[in-house]
Amino acid sequence: MVSLLWLIPALPLAGFLLLLLLGKRIGEPFAGWIGTATVAGSFVTALVVFAGLWNEPEHTYSLKLFEWMPAGKFSVDIGFLLDPLSMAMILFITGIAALIHLYSIGYMHGDSRFPRFFTYLNLFVFSMLMLVMGDNLVLTFLGWEGVGACSYFLISFWFEKDANASAGKKAFITNRVGDWGFMVGTFATFFAFGTVKYVEFLPKASGLAQTTATFIVLMLFIGAMGKSAQIPLFIWLPDAMAGPTPVSALIHAATMVTAGVYLMVRVNPIIAASASWLPWVIAGIGVATAFLAATIAIAQTDIKKVLAYSTVSQLGYMFLAVGVGGYSAAIFHMITHAFFKACMFLGSGSVIHGMDDEQDMRRMGALRKVMPITAITFIIGWLAIAGVPPFSGFWSKDDILAYALHKSVVLYVIGLITALLTAFYMSRQVFMVFFGKANWGESHEAELANKIAHETSTVDGDTAADADSHDDAHAGHGAHAGHGVHPHESPRTMTIPLIVLAFFAAIAGALNLPFTEKLEFLNRWLEPVVGATQTQLHLSGSQLAIELVTSSVIALLGIAIAYGVYLKHKVDARRIELPLFANGWYIDSTITNFMGGLGRKGFELIAMFDKVVIDGAVNGVARATRGGAMRLRTVQSGYVRWYALMIGVGAVVVVAFVLSQVSFS
Amino acid sequence: MSPNLPLAYLALSAILFAIGGVGLLVRRNPLVMIMCVELMLNAVNLTFVTFGKMLDDISGQVIVFFVMVVAAAEVVIGLALIVAMARRRPEANADDLRLLRG
Amino acid sequence: METAVFIVCALIVLAGAIGVVMSRNPVHAALSLVATLFGIAVLFLNLGAQLLAVVQVIVYTGAIVVLILFVLMLLGVDEDEDLDAEPIVGQRILAVLVGLLLAGAVLAVIILGKDAAVTGAHSATEAISPSIANIVQIGRQLFTTYVFPLELTAGLLTIAVVGAVVLSRRPKDLQPIPEPESMTELGDDPLTTIPEEAAH
Repeated sequence: MVSLLWLIPALPLAGFLLLLLLGKRIGEPFAGWIGTATVAGSFVTALVVFAGLWNEPEHTYSLKLFEWMPAGKFSVDIGFLLDPLSMAMILFITGIAALIHLYSIGYMHGDSRFPRFFTYLNLFVFSMLMLVMGDNLVLTFLGWEGVGACSYFLISFWFEKDANASAGKKAFITNRVGDWGFMVGTFATFFAFGTVKYVEFLPKASGLAQTTATFIVLMLFIGAMGKSAQIPLFIWLPDAMAGPTPVSALIHAATMVTAGVYLMVRVNPIIAASASWLPWVIAGIGVATAFLAATIAIAQTDIKKVLAYSTVSQLGYMFLAVGVGGYSAAIFHMITHAFFKACMFLGSGSVIHGMDDEQDMRRMGALRKVMPITAITFIIGWLAIAGVPPFSGFWSKDDILAYALHKSVVLYVIGLITALLTAFYMSRQVFMVFFGKANWGESHEAELANKIAHETSTVDGDTAADADSHDDAHAGHGAHAGHGVHPHESPRTMTIPLIVLAFFAAIAGALNLPFTEKLEFLNRWLEPVVGATQTQLHLSGSQLAIELVTSSVIALLGIAIAYGVYLKHKVDARRIELPLFANGWYIDSTITNFMGGLGRKGFELIAMFDKVVIDGAVNGVARATRGGAMRLRTVQSGYVRWYALMIGVGAVVVVAFVLSQVSFS
Repeated sequence: MSPNLPLAYLALSAILFAIGGVGLLVRRNPLVMIMCVELMLNAVNLTFVTFGKMLDDISGQVIVFFVMVVAAAEVVIGLALIVAMARRRPEANADDLRLLRG
Repeated sequence: METAVFIVCALIVLAGAIGVVMSRNPVHAALSLVATLFGIAVLFLNLGAQLLAVVQVIVYTGAIVVLILFVLMLLGVDEDEDLDAEPIVGQRILAVLVGLLLAGAVLAVIILGKDAAVTGAHSATEAISPSIANIVQIGRQLFTTYVFPLELTAGLLTIAVVGAVVLSRRPKDLQPIPEPESMTELGDDPLTTIPEEAAH
């Protein structure tokens, strides 16, 4: 059963090829159904393989398909490594991807490039599977770049709008910075071990010089920072929301952005061998990202931007977990996050769909009455991310915080504050969208427009964010909301994935309950991969109880504050939504200013060098070739017999040379 | 069999090969050029068989089969090209093909 | 006896070869070719390659030369070729020189090297046995050592057949191409005219 492994990536690949060649002819909606079927097929295969994996020693199995790049002693194979870590990744990737494919059939209905969308989605799933299943760093890198490329295609899927196209470019370029780190890390790994195969170099990690190990991890961490949107490379992720919402859910929340966390967990033996300050760096960047992104999320008005910053923040939690040695906690949070964030993204997509492409939360409100299923599922996701027991996010976040406390109180406190902020901004979103009074429809339109106009004149820079949200308008659905919006519940292809995801967002905490060892399924399952390096936590009953209660109180406190501000209006919201937060701590504009000013000068210098020295050399070679060719072309008379004669002359020369080398004795 | 007889075969095929080559280079009728190529191929065949005899190996004769297959394919394609060419321009010879020069 | 057969056949082969190259009329050239091929068939017999001798007669003289003759008749291009004029400067002299040098070099190797001119492992695949029929030995080698090349020849022949059909099919819009004016320009002394052309 385990040997069916190759089928898991093969199915999406087959779907991709089929849609690539025949997508236009198949058309809507069958292209969508084909895409969904292939991914669902690979999910079923993954389940079968999972069942088979129980019988393998150490739950590990590897399959080598063929040798990809043989070069002397160095060789890279197309081979798959199936171990508890990659199995967990495969299961949730294929499962969530299948649901999101299904959802997209409804969401992308009427889009002129409907089949192309599924072509990209299938290619994405294939690349993501190569990333997690590859048995060496190079194959992982192949998947890494594949998901990056798909992300680029899909962010700028509606490339008619300039903003979407440049968001795609921004994501791609920012990721390249990280990819550089990944590549250098791969080279360093090969340099240190002579191989890039996980099963060959990971066991040898403990014998590595500390500096080398530190360097490798640092470089790979830069790669992870790019892909998983950590400070300072997180700027691309909020802009990536320009893509269709299912893409945001699948790529920019549930799967691709967690690749960095996966990579870090994968190389955990090297982290263990590196300098002791390195985990601090990882944990520090993780917790800083979590906090910063959470503050930004407070002041966003675009329904998807809130979720985007929340994703960045949750990824920060995962890196915090990696930094403090809680690898299984990182994976646990990754899985629960995938469920609730995908659920909420799809829910927001459903709202946007129902509101005729309106993304500004100030124009929403009271939607729970017209979109009951969306509202209920979204609320479950909200409770999960806010950390309300017994929903999944509570357990996974608390797991991370427990590890953080074990390492340092500072990390724990910042983590707790971030949890408070998380509960607050998510509640704010839910209250603005689903509760309160309806801000849509004709009567509210004029009043609200005034209010927004007033705000934009006072709050500098908000205009940009506002304009962005309008640019995201759905190409297939026509224009801006305008007058007479009639929110409606979405079709069944969209609500079914919502219900399934909400169900898992509610119960996924059961994967790893902290009460007894027996209930920690995920911990025990990941034991063969991370067991040796994972920080061992032995919490007494009272410690555990205190932590759980603290987390619950924090979550409820956050919700209560949001309730006071946004439903009871006890405090003016504008006193909390600082311009500093709304503008993302001015990080984007600082980078733009640098690139436009000082940075530009440097680039111009480099461009000058390129023009004079490199182009000069290239053109010189070309000119010399051309001159020589002008003279030589007279030999090309066009007579076949003349050419044949030249062959004969050549033969004579060769024979003469050979004869001159021979001695007849 | 005189001891030097195999060498005489080799000498004969060398001369035959050279004659075929010269014919290929001086004749302009494409059909005759194909015949000259056949001469050269036959010279090679004769060499192979002689080598096979000198080294006491049957492979020398087996290879000739493959040469014959290639020769047959070559003649078929060559004649098809000649027919296609002659349809357009019945009196053309090999030198006129230089008009195809880019 | 063997030597006598060789001498006779060698003369026929060479005479036929010279006939192919020197005949003005392509039909005569084809008939000379038949003589050469027959001579080689007898030489094959002389060398103990009975099967090849038969195949030589059937395939070469029976099929290939007949095919060439058919094309000659079909196209009606059997008028004499003008062998006195040579449009390419130096082509003929160089061609003869190349031929002489090639033949001379190989002959030098044979004469100077004697038997040492032929190197290689003896009986690397299968020794020629007087007791086993020639055809059996060849067949056995074809289907064991050379089975992959043998399979490939099937593909080659298929491609050749398809190619021939495609190439010689009469296109719907077939029209003789009018003689371009440049033809006469280019015809006479091409190697000297080319530098001018390069200026275009």
